[in-house]
Amino acid sequence: MDITMPLMILAIPLGMFLLLGLFGNKMSHKLAGWLGTLGMGTALVLAYTTAYQYFFSGSELFINAAGERLQYAVFDYTWLEFTEKLIIKLGFLLDPISAMMLVVITTISFMVHLYSLGYMHGEKGFQRYYAFLSLFSFSMLGLVVATNIFQMYIFWELVGASSYLLIGFYYTKPSAVAASKKAFIVTRFADLGFLIGILILSFYSSTFDFVTMTSNPQSVFASTAGTMFMGGSVLTWGLVLIFMGGMGKSAMMPLHIWLPDAMEGPTPVSALIHAATMVVAGVFLVARMFPVYIVQESALEIVTVVGALTALYAAIVACTQIDIKRVLAFSTISQIAFMVVSLGVARPDFHEGLGYMASMFHLFTHAMFKALLFLGAGALIHAVHSNDYTAMGGLRKYMPITHITFLIGCLAIAGIPPFAGFFSKDEILTAAFNNSPLWGIWMTGVAGLTAFYMFRLYYRIFWWNNPDYGHHTPHDGPWTMSLPLIILATISCVAGFIPFGEFVTWNGHEYIIHLDWTVATTSIVVAVCAIALATVMYRKENATPTRMKNAMKGLWTAAYNRFYFDELYIFITHKIIFNLVSRPIAWFDRHIIDGTMDSFATMTNYASEKIKGLQSGSVQQYVWVYLVGALLLAGAVIVFVI
Amino acid sequence: MLFGLNILLYFVIIPVLMLLGLFLCQKDNMKQIRTVAVVGSTLLVALSVYLLVDYLALRAAGETAQMLYTDSWCWFENLNINLAVGVDGISVAMILLSAIIVFAGSFASWKINPLPKDFFLWLILLSTGVFGFFISIDLFTMFMFYEVALIPMYLLIGLWGTGRKEYSAMKLTLMLMGGSAFLMLGLIGIYFHSVPEGQQLTWNIVEIAEKGAIPHDWQLFLFPMTFVGFGVLGAMFPFHTWSPDGHASAPTAVSMLHAGVLMKLGGYGCFRVSMYLMPEAANELAWIFLILTGISVVYGAFSACVQTDLKYINAYSSVSHCGLVLFAILMLNTTAMTGAIMQMLSHGLMTALFFALIGMIYGRTHTRDIREMGGLMKIMPFLAVCYVIAGMASLGLPGLSGFVAEMTIFVGSFQHTDMFHRVFTIVACCSIVITAVYILRVVGKLLFGPVQDEHHLKLTDATWWERFSAITLIVCVAAIGCFPNFFSDLIKFTFDPEFFTVLGLIK
Repeated sequence: MDITMPLMILAIPLGMFLLLGLFGNKMSHKLAGWLGTLGMGTALVLAYTTAYQYFFSGSELFINAAGERLQYAVFDYTWLEFTEKLIIKLGFLLDPISAMMLVVITTISFMVHLYSLGYMHGEKGFQRYYAFLSLFSFSMLGLVVATNIFQMYIFWELVGASSYLLIGFYYTKPSAVAASKKAFIVTRFADLGFLIGILILSFYSSTFDFVTMTSNPQSVFASTAGTMFMGGSVLTWGLVLIFMGGMGKSAMMPLHIWLPDAMEGPTPVSALIHAATMVVAGVFLVARMFPVYIVQESALEIVTVVGALTALYAAIVACTQIDIKRVLAFSTISQIAFMVVSLGVARPDFHEGLGYMASMFHLFTHAMFKALLFLGAGALIHAVHSNDYTAMGGLRKYMPITHITFLIGCLAIAGIPPFAGFFSKDEILTAAFNNSPLWGIWMTGVAGLTAFYMFRLYYRIFWWNNPDYGHHTPHDGPWTMSLPLIILATISCVAGFIPFGEFVTWNGHEYIIHLDWTVATTSIVVAVCAIALATVMYRKENATPTRMKNAMKGLWTAAYNRFYFDELYIFITHKIIFNLVSRPIAWFDRHIIDGTMDSFATMTNYASEKIKGLQSGSVQQYVWVYLVGALLLAGAVIVFVI
Repeated sequence: MLFGLNILLYFVIIPVLMLLGLFLCQKDNMKQIRTVAVVGSTLLVALSVYLLVDYLALRAAGETAQMLYTDSWCWFENLNINLAVGVDGISVAMILLSAIIVFAGSFASWKINPLPKDFFLWLILLSTGVFGFFISIDLFTMFMFYEVALIPMYLLIGLWGTGRKEYSAMKLTLMLMGGSAFLMLGLIGIYFHSVPEGQQLTWNIVEIAEKGAIPHDWQLFLFPMTFVGFGVLGAMFPFHTWSPDGHASAPTAVSMLHAGVLMKLGGYGCFRVSMYLMPEAANELAWIFLILTGISVVYGAFSACVQTDLKYINAYSSVSHCGLVLFAILMLNTTAMTGAIMQMLSHGLMTALFFALIGMIYGRTHTRDIREMGGLMKIMPFLAVCYVIAGMASLGLPGLSGFVAEMTIFVGSFQHTDMFHRVFTIVACCSIVITAVYILRVVGKLLFGPVQDEHHLKLTDATWWERFSAITLIVCVAAIGCFPNFFSDLIKFTFDPEFFTVLGLIK
């Protein structure tokens, strides 16, 4: 296959970053914005073509005679050679999930580029914003096409850095600076786990390469057999540590605390990075390593438990937040947890690893409808100049386009047919029920909560009461903002009908999706009931929500404060690490270590101060010392020798 | 050969000519002084690039000798002291690093005051020592150049420094001299056991390594001597305390040169003398020093987290990063040692960049206390962006030099067959998180947020020479980060794989 096109998919965003980063200041806002958008548009066309070729060309590079989709490295350049076997390469791996991710990333990124032309209009640092967006797109694309785990780690760090730069875009705002710092450090901590995981796995397998690792994991990791470390096999340790990296990026409990704060960034950034693409990197990582994970099911069980707890936790918290972006942030955490659970419950013996397919399907649909919701939220914030829904209400009359598209997004995430979320969520629930009824019921419950908090949000924004907006009547954004909403809403309506199983399964075998009607009916009934409840409570201004709140005061306050995770972290970092580790170390260094060094000098000084009196220059004294010495010596000779 | 002389000799001749040129300059004529400094350091950069190209060409032509361009002139026959020169990939890389930093340092001290002539005299004398050290393969001349590089530091800090400069200058010099005392003992010990009984004793590193005659018991004594001796300059715990005070008081160019190049003398010496000549002892005693350097790495990073003076933060960060250099050298395998050398290059460049930027910021705000500054991004965007890039390099962002160096070290160290070493590698890995904490703390406080002091609002951004200095260093940092294999290959060729197989360290 010709390498120009794949190469250009990566090179164009990188080139745009360098161009806008170095010379952006000399350009007008308009030029910089359109350059970035057109660059991304080109990348989008190339990515679509590549994905199309991969899925539909039928070339024997991509699909074998038995109908299995293959993994194909379009190019793979040596970047850094550690040893003969451990080599970091920079390559471009085409396989079902990377081709799918190319489509997702370029679509959302292009929408966000376009949308930002309107949303960020007139902002200071507009060129810088577009430069960072390009950097992010480049890094994210590099991440998904990685041919080896170290390339993934490289781009993993790069997306982290671009996320840091974009969250802190409004750098004069202390809260944005704090949020960006928090995001970087929390994910860095998780990446430490990822790095150690890589070290462990590569030590035993002598390779970084994904294809080598995953094509025959049993034999590649055979040398780990029987090696235990602190009660777990080293393979479990390695896989769990790698998943820890994923937990950081994908905001799984307890490493989720950075994501709600990351909403300090511009809203389109939240849509791109913190809803659709970067935060699913953890899911993608586990999916990429999935064949290795199924060798060690205990690691998958940990994945499931983490995902399930996070899903429930985030859904509960989302029910109490009043900042619309935070509701969406917690909803994102919860939805990603669905994908994680789905991977965790996937077993190869059930429907070609249904959970794996469902997870990727949900990743795809979620990216579309969550980006839609965030961009919608951006339009609302743009119109009302507040993040809190308390400042909104009755907006359906003022902002019809935003209203309809937001409603579609809500229906999609709530899992109402025929919108996209229904189909992917249904597959996840089927896989969960198959693994264990516990997870099935648990996740169905969370799905119900999802429908409830999304419609709570929807009604509070668009119905509820009709506040006086004064002479500043809210209205829909310019076409650059509305067009992406309409496109994404359309995709959210139809994406569910994509026969996803034909394209993406864990082993490349085709799987024909069929709805499990018991599961589907249950989930629809639960969702409809939840929406009905939300309608009763929030359609018109009334006192029920306040009464409910007062009835469950303790739970509500705890959930509103996100179950005090942030306080816990502040306690650990400030009280323990800063005050009990760093400060004592710094003190110890200055006073004990350096004090010892200084005391050598002081002692030398003191000694010479004392000795220098002997060099008095007085001849009489010298004669005295000489005489005494001579006599003592003579005495000694007499006593000891004679 | 270049103009009939061994090319390596020019690395000493040019600085000496610069010294002569400076003598001829008028006392306060900045123009003349700058011309000498810039012309000389440009020549040095050009020469070191030429050396690199020529070296690679020779290697490509199939030259397999350990050291190239070897030459030797007798100096003192009775003790067999020679001016013996020769380089391998590591020395070539270090020479290039030194030349670049001297070059950037000359631009960073464009407006040095007072006594510019004297300042440059001492600075160039210092670099003469540095270059001499890297080209020598005779232990005695190596030691001599080492001292030439250290002594000017006393005057440079004592005269042109800031804050408690006399105290710091004294402390730095005395502690390093203390290290030299150990080193002297160690080197003399090596000399007297350099060859089997009855042969002519030698100071030549290559010969000593070939003969491998140092008795095992003596190695156990001499290895710690030399390792600690060089380790003091490499800021090894607990002999690192000269570094924060020394850096804090030193003027900009001196900090750059000191952290960028002089501290590398320590790492280079540990590698070239201690490990190379006494591998068996290194293998046996590595665990002690692994603990010390492992502590350096984490301890330095934690200390940096609570400092408020920009230079202290970087000095402690240097303790952490240089700790990693010695840590990797002790792992005794090709990958980790390659990583150690790359870390030296990377740390040299990025710390020089840091100190240059701190100097520039200090020159404007007249404070280095991060509590008194804020929002500088708005006031001096160029300097602030450079600072962010330096910070990103320091915390290991891919595409910049820190990442490749650290990853080579971690992957290499983790290949060690011994569990103890691997566990310690994981401990050292933790530093990547702590580094992120202190870097982002500074960046957030210093550059972002609201402007702290209204007087800062009227400050100006970087001048052209400051920009030039910073950009030079950033380009180098990015070059290593983007094309690591070039540097890794350059360095790696030097290591003889058998060296480690003999010790049973490779799987």
